[in-house]
Amino acid sequence: MKKLEIIIKAEKLEDLKAVLDAGNCSGVMISNIMGYGNQKGHNRLYRGAEYSINLLPKVRVETVVTAEEADPLIDTIVKEINTGNYGDGKIFIYDVQDAVRIRTGERGEEAL
Amino acid sequence: MKEPEVHLPFLLREDRMMENINTMDTLWVLFGAALIFFMQAGFTMVEAGFTRAKNAGNIIMKNLMDFALGSVFFWIIGFGLMMGAGNGFIGKLDLFISGNYDSNIPTWALVAFNTMFCATAATIVSGAMAERTKFSSYVLYSIVISAVIYPIEAHWIWGGGWLSDLTIGGSSGFIDYAGSTAVHMVGGTAALVGAKMLGPRIGKYAKDGRLRAIPGHSIPLGALGCFILWFGWFGFNPASSYGLSTAEQAYEVGNVFMTTNIAAAAATCIAMIVTWLRYGKPDVSMTLNGSLAGLVAITAGCNAVDPWAAAIIGALAGALLVFAVEFFDKTAKIDDPVGAISVHGVCGLFGTLMIGFFAREDGLFTTGKADRLLIQLIGVAAVLVWTLVTMYITFKIIEKANGLRVSKEVEIDGLDSAEHGLETAYSGFELKAND
Repeated sequence: MKKLEIIIKAEKLEDLKAVLDAGNCSGVMISNIMGYGNQKGHNRLYRGAEYSINLLPKVRVETVVTAEEADPLIDTIVKEINTGNYGDGKIFIYDVQDAVRIRTGERGEEAL
Repeated sequence: MKEPEVHLPFLLREDRMMENINTMDTLWVLFGAALIFFMQAGFTMVEAGFTRAKNAGNIIMKNLMDFALGSVFFWIIGFGLMMGAGNGFIGKLDLFISGNYDSNIPTWALVAFNTMFCATAATIVSGAMAERTKFSSYVLYSIVISAVIYPIEAHWIWGGGWLSDLTIGGSSGFIDYAGSTAVHMVGGTAALVGAKMLGPRIGKYAKDGRLRAIPGHSIPLGALGCFILWFGWFGFNPASSYGLSTAEQAYEVGNVFMTTNIAAAAATCIAMIVTWLRYGKPDVSMTLNGSLAGLVAITAGCNAVDPWAAAIIGALAGALLVFAVEFFDKTAKIDDPVGAISVHGVCGLFGTLMIGFFAREDGLFTTGKADRLLIQLIGVAAVLVWTLVTMYITFKIIEKANGLRVSKEVEIDGLDSAEHGLETAYSGFELKAND
């Protein structure tokens, strides 16, 4: 099993959810995060004084899928979510050692 | 040669009509003006609460500036067009107001009081056009409505124009005590034209046309706004008596206070019941809108009807509101983030017509005569057509000259950032690293 950690712009969340639903993901974990990548933010004026915004709001979507589903899903995400602009985001892929369904105690891919 | 008197400031002039001035009346009117001003805070909070946080700064600017610009341009041009002794259609050009408009209250008190009504009409539109209108275009619109569009129709109703003289049978003079038509229907209609021309917000309708809710970011702010508006309405309606120094006026104002409150309360109750039945639960934001619907509806007839009638009018408005909001959202597909078209346009029109049925002296239900209803119909129709045409022209010109809607990127990012350089209106709620 693989865990996908997908960092995207907030306005792309609905599109991403549509992709994941179509790919039969059994669940997602979504959090608001602040961060920066290579662009490192921009400057702003507040009441005439300059300050720098180097934390930008993003959304982190985590989901665990079977190893076979992972690559096709990643390809679909890259195709549907990319806008061609800086700040589109990243996907990190982790190996998952095991999974458990708390209600029944099942383990492995059946637990997804 | 002696300087003509009319150009001296008022306190130095000899033609002030001191003997007619009533200080109690003046106090009452100015107190009302202050309460009506506070309604600007009400509108701002309602609109901010019912829209998204990324646009809060922009909403604040729109509401702040339509009041500020409205005050200035109503002073420069609008008041003269509204109250000047011109003809039945329009007042006079009285730049910066040098004429004498004293009555039982001094000229500037009259001006200040009427400025608040003009500003209320202007600010209604910002809610319907929220989250996607270019700020510069909104500024231009505010100037036009305060300088020309509102003053001319207000002249017909309150400035000695043709509607105030309209006589049919035994009934005389279009009745709109505090502005269900002059202020609210005009604002709501302008909102309709603007929202229609803008188009819906991105994401309001799915690709298949399905309606998607865009929840407001702070229902508590929205509620605060509604309560402030209700409070301010106790100036809006009662102070339109223009006096509180005689026993007769005391009865009048007492009645107006009661009809105002009971209409709002009845509308709130019925709106709650309708949403409870229709959606399965009493809906918070719709019920809040319901209060406003009742207030708008009773604004025209708060003096002409008695409390029993006000309760009925309010109750009907509360129900009408729910169906109007759904109509514009689902059928007409006009995106109105705060329900301004339904609350002010539809209920303003409705409330003005209801006088034809419930007026104490000449209502259809109370006396069996239809003359009053006919007068109300003509007045509503005339102002409706005036507003539709002039606002369409106004927005069309602004669209061609400046553009009406922001770009897709700006709309998605939020107007605060792109239009105002404001990173967020909620700085303490997010992590920020400053150098």
